[in-house]
Amino acid sequence: MVMQISRSRKITNNVMLTLSGLCALLVVMVLFFILGYLLWNGATSLNWDFFTKLPKPIGETGGGMANAIVGSGKILLLATLIGVPLGFLAGVFLAEYSGRTFAFLLRYTVDLLNGVPSIVIGIVAYALVVKPMNGYSTLAGGVALGIMMIPIAVRTTEEFLRAIPNSLREGAMALGATKSKAIFTVVVPAAISGLTSGMMLNLARVAGETAPLLFTALGNMFWSPGWLHPSASLPVMIYNYATAPEDSLHAQAWAAGFVLLALVLGINVTARMIIARGPASARR
Amino acid sequence: MASPHPSRVLKETALPKTGEQESMQTAPSYKLVTRNLNFFYGSFQALYDIGMNISTHKVTAFIGPSGCGKSTYLRTMNRMNETIRNTHVEGDLLLDGANLLEMDVTGVRRRVGMVFQKSNPFPKSIYDNIAYGLRVNGVNKKSVVDEAVERSLQRAALWTEVKDKLAKPASALSGGQQQRLCIARALAVEPEVLLLDEPCSALDPIATLKIEELLFQIKDITTIVIVTHNMQQAARVADYTGFFFMGKLIEFDETRKIFQNPSKKETEDYVTGRFG
Repeated sequence: MVMQISRSRKITNNVMLTLSGLCALLVVMVLFFILGYLLWNGATSLNWDFFTKLPKPIGETGGGMANAIVGSGKILLLATLIGVPLGFLAGVFLAEYSGRTFAFLLRYTVDLLNGVPSIVIGIVAYALVVKPMNGYSTLAGGVALGIMMIPIAVRTTEEFLRAIPNSLREGAMALGATKSKAIFTVVVPAAISGLTSGMMLNLARVAGETAPLLFTALGNMFWSPGWLHPSASLPVMIYNYATAPEDSLHAQAWAAGFVLLALVLGINVTARMIIARGPASARR
Repeated sequence: MASPHPSRVLKETALPKTGEQESMQTAPSYKLVTRNLNFFYGSFQALYDIGMNISTHKVTAFIGPSGCGKSTYLRTMNRMNETIRNTHVEGDLLLDGANLLEMDVTGVRRRVGMVFQKSNPFPKSIYDNIAYGLRVNGVNKKSVVDEAVERSLQRAALWTEVKDKLAKPASALSGGQQQRLCIARALAVEPEVLLLDEPCSALDPIATLKIEELLFQIKDITTIVIVTHNMQQAARVADYTGFFFMGKLIEFDETRKIFQNPSKKETEDYVTGRFG
C-alpha cells in the first residue's frame, strides 16, 4: 500500500516535470522559429536597394522601402518626444510627490490606458489629429504611438525612482537643495541607466505597432515631406505587401519584417547592456 | 592664514542671505535654543516638552536607548522630519535667536548641515559630491568651488587620500572614507551647526577614531550635535551630553557630570549599563 502511493507520486512528479519542461522548450522554440523563418525568408530578400530605393509601382519588380524606413524613424522620433517627457514627468510626480489616494488613481488609470487596444488608440489619434487637420500625417502617427508609450514610461520611471534609496534625497536636501532640485540633480541621475533602458524597451515595444498607424500615418509610396503628409512605415508596408497578390511583394514584406525585427532586437540588447553597466547605486 | 575666513566664501559669492549675517562675529554663547518642543508622528508623541541650550563651538552629544527620541530631536534641528508625511512640531527652536521653524527651510538646511547614520555619497565623482552643496546654493565659479572642495576635504582629513582621484566615483571609497566624504560635503557649505546622526555606527574602530579626531578639529568652525548609541563615544568627544528616555530629556549637563555624577536615577542606570 505504502509502496503504491509513493510510486504513483513518483509517476505524477515525472509527468509534470516532463510536461513543464516540454512547454518551456516550446516557448523557446517559438521565438527561434520566428527568428529563423524571418532570417531565412527576410535576409534572402534583402539587398542594398531595399534601404535606398522607393517602392516600384504595382507590376514592376525591384525597388525598396527607403521611405518606409525613414517614415518609421520619424514617427518613432515624434512618439518618443511626446510619450517620454509626458510619461517621465508623470512618473516623477507619482514616485516623489503624489499622495496615496491620487497615486492609486493615477497608477490605476495608467494601467487601464496600457490595456486599451492599440486600434482604439489609433481611432483616438484619428479624431484628435487627422480629423481636425483634414489629412493623414506623420504627426498623427507619432501622436498615436506617443500615447501608447505613456503608460510604460510612467511605470518604469516610478519603479526606477522608487528603487533609489531615500538617504540620497535626504542627503541632497540636507545641503539646502529643494525637493525638486534633489530629484533632478541626484535621484534621476542615480536612476538614469534604468530610465534610459526602460524608455528604449518602451520604444521597441511600439516600433512594430501597425493598427494605430493604419488610419493615422496611412501609408505612402513616395517620400513624405515634413510632418503633415501621409507617411510610409515599416509595419504598414509589411501589412500591405504581405496581403498583396504578388510574390515579389511578399519577398519585400519578409525583408521589411526582418529589418523591423533586427531593429527591435538591437534596441532591446542595447537597453539591457545599459542596465547591466549602470552605476552601482542604480542597482542597489 | 591665506585662505579666507570660513564664513566669508559663501557670502562673497552672492548666496541668498540667510538670517543674521554677523553671526560668527557676535557669536552668542548659545547657538541653538530649544523651548517647549513637542513632536508628533501622526497621533504618536515622540518628544515631550524638550528644552535645551546648545553652546556655540562645542560638541553636544545625545544618548539614550533606541526609540527615545534623540534622532527625532536632531532631525527637527534642520527640519528633516518635515519630509515625513503626517508629522508636526510645536514649540520654539531658536538659531541665533530666530525661530528656525519659521524660516525658509532650504536656508535652515544650508546653515544647519547633517551627516547621516549610513554614509550616503551621491553616485557622482568625489569632486562633484563636495561641490554639490555649493552648486545648489548658487556657487558655480570654478576657482571658488575648487578651493572649497580642497578645504573641505582637508578639514575632513580626507584630502591626502583622495587628492589624486577627485574624478573617481565616490562609491569607490571605503566605508570610513565615504562617511568622511559626507562630512566634507556637509562642511563645504560652511554650516553654522553640524548634526551627526550616529555617524560611526557602521564603521570599524579605526574609522570611528578618525571621525572622532576630526570632530575635535572642526568644532572650531562649527557647532556640533551628535547622536550616538555608543556611550564611550559621547564621553570621548562631547563637551555636553543629553540623556533622552521615552521622548523626554531626562538630564542635560557637562559630559563629565553626566557620566561621573548624574543627578537623576535613570541617567545613572543608563550610563552604568544597568539598562538600555
